[in-house]
Amino acid sequence: MIKEEGNACPVIANHIKVALVGQPNVGKSMLINSVSNAHLHVGNFSGVTVDKTEVLFDYKGYHFTVVDLPGTYAFTDYSIEERVTHKYLSGGGYDLIINVVDSTNLEKNLQLTSELMSMNKDIVIALNMSDEAKKEGIEIDEVYMSELLGIPCIKTSAVTKEGIEDLLDAIVKVGSQAKQESKLIFSEAVEEEISKIVAYLQKHKHEAPNSYRNIAINLLKNNKKTYARLHDDPIWTELQPILIDATKHIELHHDSDDIKEAFAEEYAAFNKGIITEVVKASTVQEKETITQKIDNILIHPFFGIPIFLFFMWGLFQLTFEIGSIPMEWIEAFFGWLGDTIGATIANEDIRSLIVDGVIAGVGAVVLFVPNIIILFIGIALLESTGYMSRVAFLLDGFFHKFGLHGQSFIPLVTGFGCSIPAYMSARILKNDRDRLLTLFIIGFMSCGARLPVYVLFAGAFFSAEMAGNVLFAIYIGGAFIGLIAAKILKLTAFKGADEPFVMEMPKYRLPSVKLIWHTVLTKTMMYLKKAGTFIAAASMLIWFLSNYPHNLELEKEFSSKIELASTQEKKNELTNELGVKHLEQSYLGTIGKFSEPLFAPLGFDWRMSVALQTGLAAKEVVVSTLGVLYALGDEVDEESSTLVNAISKNISFASAVAFIVVIMIYLPCLAASIVFTREAGGIKYFFYLFAFTSVLAYSLAFVAYNVALLFS
Amino acid sequence: MKTLKDCQKNQKVRVLKLHAPKDLKQRFISLGIMKEAIIEMIESAPGKSTIVVKVGKMTLALRGQEAELIEVKAL
Repeated sequence: MIKEEGNACPVIANHIKVALVGQPNVGKSMLINSVSNAHLHVGNFSGVTVDKTEVLFDYKGYHFTVVDLPGTYAFTDYSIEERVTHKYLSGGGYDLIINVVDSTNLEKNLQLTSELMSMNKDIVIALNMSDEAKKEGIEIDEVYMSELLGIPCIKTSAVTKEGIEDLLDAIVKVGSQAKQESKLIFSEAVEEEISKIVAYLQKHKHEAPNSYRNIAINLLKNNKKTYARLHDDPIWTELQPILIDATKHIELHHDSDDIKEAFAEEYAAFNKGIITEVVKASTVQEKETITQKIDNILIHPFFGIPIFLFFMWGLFQLTFEIGSIPMEWIEAFFGWLGDTIGATIANEDIRSLIVDGVIAGVGAVVLFVPNIIILFIGIALLESTGYMSRVAFLLDGFFHKFGLHGQSFIPLVTGFGCSIPAYMSARILKNDRDRLLTLFIIGFMSCGARLPVYVLFAGAFFSAEMAGNVLFAIYIGGAFIGLIAAKILKLTAFKGADEPFVMEMPKYRLPSVKLIWHTVLTKTMMYLKKAGTFIAAASMLIWFLSNYPHNLELEKEFSSKIELASTQEKKNELTNELGVKHLEQSYLGTIGKFSEPLFAPLGFDWRMSVALQTGLAAKEVVVSTLGVLYALGDEVDEESSTLVNAISKNISFASAVAFIVVIMIYLPCLAASIVFTREAGGIKYFFYLFAFTSVLAYSLAFVAYNVALLFS
Repeated sequence: MKTLKDCQKNQKVRVLKLHAPKDLKQRFISLGIMKEAIIEMIESAPGKSTIVVKVGKMTLALRGQEAELIEVKAL
């Protein structure tokens, strides 16, 4: 019996789930933005590093869910993007595919279309950028094309909003029809083998959800899933020899020992046929395009690199100059927030947990947001204009010598500012091994937070004129060690054939503000959400370790002493002494004492050991920890002359050198380590990084210590 | 054997055979570098460590060592 109120629940049949697929740079995201325009609700479900974005909207009583898949050239699992897309499409949790193609470059785009056509799914083709095609004098007969392919082809343009409704109508229509058999036609040799297999399947009345022709094509293409399904069927024993013969025949026909290559050639031939039928390109005299004109300058053998360096310099100026302005506000805000909230909490322990633990921890996370936003706007600009792949071309020659990729440059240079955005920007590297290797050496580029430590030690052991040079040497030295480390890793852990470098250099485009905003927003939110929760929890842990256990006797003893003290100076001194005593007996102090013998060969005392360990939380903390430990209170900075004196008095030159070496190389701060772990794709990589940096830091510091001992 | 790496700037060639290992071959093919394709040399970095070519309407960058695996014939 049907009840009226059944309407309250949306009817399942009116749901259409669409997979949006296309090659990179076809304006896919732009198109989906204009399709869903104002009703946009973007929900994220992210994979390890690459996101598929889900867009939901209603149209003519249908609930649309569009899954925007990362751009992919073919189903070749080369990059993470390709893997995400391939996996999703093979999974089959969707109703139909919208294949977005670039109308100005149909031949290349149809190559992916052909692969989609052999997937046995409903497809609608969006002939996107039709406005540009018109300008270039390319005319496509979409009606004839639809007929030839057996797939609705709709001219669309994200810019002029042309054909958006037609596209949706076509989807609704296709969604309510029975599946159409694809009209992909192959060469005689392949067709002959297909019909042999089809005949065999017919003879045995093989039961399957898709057509025999589709099964035959997939078998010939070595489709794993089709193989797996048929492998346990009794007909397999007879089918196998037929397949082997068929493959031999096709490979012979194509003069290749690679069936995939043979099929790619089949597709290309089919597509060429389609294009000669449906595309009319007015043969205007081929003049130099705007892209070529810009490229004449930007990838010039001599001027290309200086121009790029200038852009980078500008980006970093913006990131760290402009970024530091809101950073001050954020710092002030969290200071104020801590004071205000702290004032309302009576219990000292809870107050400290909330103010010094939670608020300070979260504040430290939010502090980097301005940097991240500016840097990502910059990177999004570089990427969406098409300049990024030129950069890779320009720099690959140099970086490849060290086993790195041309695009490694961006994350590495970003690392001089802050490792967190650096790790995140490593995503521009499409290949896993290139990205991992780059991630591993980003930490060698000394980040801004390590500067105070360097300034402090350089100031303590060198004259003011020399200190600047020493600083420069430290930074260059770090980068140099990083490149050497990359080479070493490449020859050992990342051994193997070079990852190829073959990439498209897309046309230059004006970036879309909306799209950049969207990208930056998603990335920033992701940082805040994921890293934020982890980092806040971890800073609470560090807070706990440095504050507990409480030694009540010690506190009582000192508080009475402080009360009795005659002068304010004396009081401060005692407070500082309490700080040292307290830290010394805290869990962190215990760890420091415990690890002292380990660091003894490097000439570190327990204070330096503790400072290194608090530096694991954040490098800024190293200086303030040293301040606390040398009983100066934690209100010191790298310019504080008393701390500089205390350091030059208490620490030998050789120990100081070793200390700097460790700071340069060892594990980045906690926040960065967490981001690293996420970007690398697993906790095991964190342990690799920990082991690698620790061993390298220790051994180089040991060498540095002993060499410095010889000279002093 | 003449390879893509040996080409001069602005020279047009036809691909005869891909000598690349399987994965790289797939990559080439997915970007349009396959038998019979016409390729034009656009630019090269000093020493041809990397080169820029045009395949159909697409501009591609690749390393010299990969270009060496593409056998071509001058047009």
